[in-house]
Amino acid sequence: MTGQTKTVAVLRYRPEQDEAPVWQEYQVPYGDDTSVLAALNYIKDELDGTLSFRWSCRQAICGSCGMMIGGKPQLACKAFLRDYPERVTVEALAHFPIERDLVVVMDGFIDKLQKVKPYLIPREMRALEDGEYLQTPEEMDLYAQFAGCINCGLCYAACPQVGLNPDFLGPGAIALLHRYNLDSRDGGQAERMEMINAELGVFNCTAVGYCSEVCPKMVDPANAVNVNKMNSARDYFFRFLRPAPKQGGCR
Amino acid sequence: MQVFKADVVIVGAGGAGLRAAIAAAESDPAQTIALVSKVYPMRSHTVAAEGGSAGVVQAHDSFDHHFADTVTGGDWLCEQDVVDEFVRECPREMVQLEHWGCPWSRKADGHVNVRAFGGMKIERTWFAADKTGFHILHTLFQTSLRYPSIRRFDEYFLVDLIVDEGRAAGVLVVEIASGEFTLIEAGAVVFATGGAGRVFRENTNGGIVTGDGMAVAYRHGVPLRDMEFVQYHPTCMPGTGLLFTEACRGEGGVLVNRDGYRYLQDYGLGPAEDKPRNKYMELGPRDRLSQAFWHEMQKGRTVDGRYGPVVHLDLRHLGEARLHERLPQICELAREFMGIDPAREPIPVRPAVHYTMGGILVDGGCASPMPGLYAAGECSSVGIHGANRLGSNSLAELSVFGKRAGEAAMRYAREASRADSARLLQLAEAAATPARALLTGDGSERIADIRREMAQSMEEGCGIYRTGERMQATCDKLAELAERYTRVRLTDRSSVWNSEWLLAIELGYQLEVARAMAHSALLRRESRGAHQRLDGFEARDDVNFLKHTLSTRAADGVPQISYQDVKITRSPPAVRAYGAAQHAAEQAAQGGAV
Repeated sequence: MTGQTKTVAVLRYRPEQDEAPVWQEYQVPYGDDTSVLAALNYIKDELDGTLSFRWSCRQAICGSCGMMIGGKPQLACKAFLRDYPERVTVEALAHFPIERDLVVVMDGFIDKLQKVKPYLIPREMRALEDGEYLQTPEEMDLYAQFAGCINCGLCYAACPQVGLNPDFLGPGAIALLHRYNLDSRDGGQAERMEMINAELGVFNCTAVGYCSEVCPKMVDPANAVNVNKMNSARDYFFRFLRPAPKQGGCR
Repeated sequence: MQVFKADVVIVGAGGAGLRAAIAAAESDPAQTIALVSKVYPMRSHTVAAEGGSAGVVQAHDSFDHHFADTVTGGDWLCEQDVVDEFVRECPREMVQLEHWGCPWSRKADGHVNVRAFGGMKIERTWFAADKTGFHILHTLFQTSLRYPSIRRFDEYFLVDLIVDEGRAAGVLVVEIASGEFTLIEAGAVVFATGGAGRVFRENTNGGIVTGDGMAVAYRHGVPLRDMEFVQYHPTCMPGTGLLFTEACRGEGGVLVNRDGYRYLQDYGLGPAEDKPRNKYMELGPRDRLSQAFWHEMQKGRTVDGRYGPVVHLDLRHLGEARLHERLPQICELAREFMGIDPAREPIPVRPAVHYTMGGILVDGGCASPMPGLYAAGECSSVGIHGANRLGSNSLAELSVFGKRAGEAAMRYAREASRADSARLLQLAEAAATPARALLTGDGSERIADIRREMAQSMEEGCGIYRTGERMQATCDKLAELAERYTRVRLTDRSSVWNSEWLLAIELGYQLEVARAMAHSALLRRESRGAHQRLDGFEARDDVNFLKHTLSTRAADGVPQISYQDVKITRSPPAVRAYGAAQHAAEQAAQGGAV
């Protein structure tokens, strides 16, 4: 680090003492590789032990440190002070209730992830003794991108519809659902279709695409949502042509 | 205080904890499993494992080879009976993960692919690009959602183990969001709390890797075994310590010094060849590679970087396409954090603390000496790593032994009589007192100062090479810090998400673990695996130290060191050789073996 400093303005909220969030500024020394997370840890250790935020891996894979940096949803470990003007703002992720300081309430988000049956519903059972399911690299490529989601929540902070309707399933959960639907080993697409079709499913999306823009892992959740709009429309249409298919395998 | 009654409580929801929870749920769906984690499960540090997980799968490989690589890699300090069981169970567990959806990288024919790794005779590392831990963790977390008997306590922090009449009977935890205490009663307790690498300054670990379970068990009299063995991973990012996976070398990356010279050939790992060769050069074991770096540094043959001496990890010859297919995260890390494109420039690297070989003493069934307490994964010492862990054995370990721990704990819980709830509540109240006192302590010491001094002292005394003098200085420094820790003052006394309070409790855990490491190291007067001395004990001493170290905490906090025999079943200690030397030794053995 050199002798230069920047102003890091953090939106503080401590429910036991603050009626509403308040800005607090800190002077942080920095170099050209100082991440916002490193700056927050500097504040925590040297300036103000009362600042709370989530973090762990420091390498953009654990998904803990999502926050609004310069007004944009980002991972603090992957945003750098060098890229901001003299004063950089840091706030809790938008569209999530603030628990304290930069920590948001994640419960609703986690519930949505759980709701989409994000696990393999085998298309055919296979004993462990029979070894692995075969899956070619091409088959894997179909879903690999969607399997890269780190559940950081940035896409929820970016999504205007999540802001308007907090119950909307949202981009991350739909990407996760899509990941399993596209897996050649999976046969659970019909079971997951209810979530897609539901009132809180894909048709809430207005195709703004900001979710994919902020995604730190290039998962492109907007693509998952839009493909599922087509799937849902097709499903809706076919229901008029034939009786509802049995659950478990309509691929 | 809230009270929750479970049958089994598992602390830690990384790979080992989740695997334990699923195994426990499958073995008896009627019982309730409490799964406690101080972070949401997918944040656990398993997520950062990159390279892969071991399991014999190729026709020309064998369990014997995996056994031999593991025991040799561990410099014969492994429990050989446990290693034998481990290597036999690995492939089945890897297939199990596949059946649960883990996106293992594939061959063109659809079968799972494997890659080369350091210290391995035959390629047997299953991998999911270079995000293997991430995919295993997410697969296990998502699969765990299928089991309604698993009740998660996300963002609950371990404060203490509740021990009733010598038996583990539950845990005291605090809900981070409210600061409220909860007693979780249980018939059995599993610790799967991970390692303790954050006691060192430069490390690959996430902030949460603070040895919580190790320290809590240790405070209750459970020995920590082989704590002096701390693995330095040879290829890490200078400054931050972030990891560049061994798979970089498994895929063919080379290490060169300031002269562009592949220096590993000077340290018993050569000869240097154009193509990667298993157990040669860059595919040597981690301890040897980190030690070679140190020697290059002494010789002045490293490169001066902004964060000190570095060598170069050169991946350029692999080409952009292969780099992006096999090592996408490495490319991302180099680009985002260092501004380097590995397809065009070599990556400056240096060793950093990566893994805690030692841990809570458990037998091959994951049972600790305390009835009702089980442990699995990095927090445990089940005996497979010895003095130096073989790369890609840790992900395999958390699957194999996570499963065992979950099943064993469930068996125990079903048969154990339950302790009296009123008495447990009293014990829990008593256990909450020190944590509450920490919150209101009126001293003058800052936790950030103690943590920084601890990490600095561990690096100085317990680094890649050690001397008695410097280890003693570290032991003394840690005693001073432990004393100062009793006079800590927090600036935050609130209840909701008081992370300063949690950091203070973690620091207490770290000091316990650090002291166990430093004292264990000081008394091991030999060099073996990751424990290398420069003060007259440069050689391995099988006469006096073919033994596990047990560290037991005395009432005053000073570690008491004793020793335990190593289980040798079929591989007597021999010369640990790699490269051409190993080849020659093998030839000789084949010529003259019985």
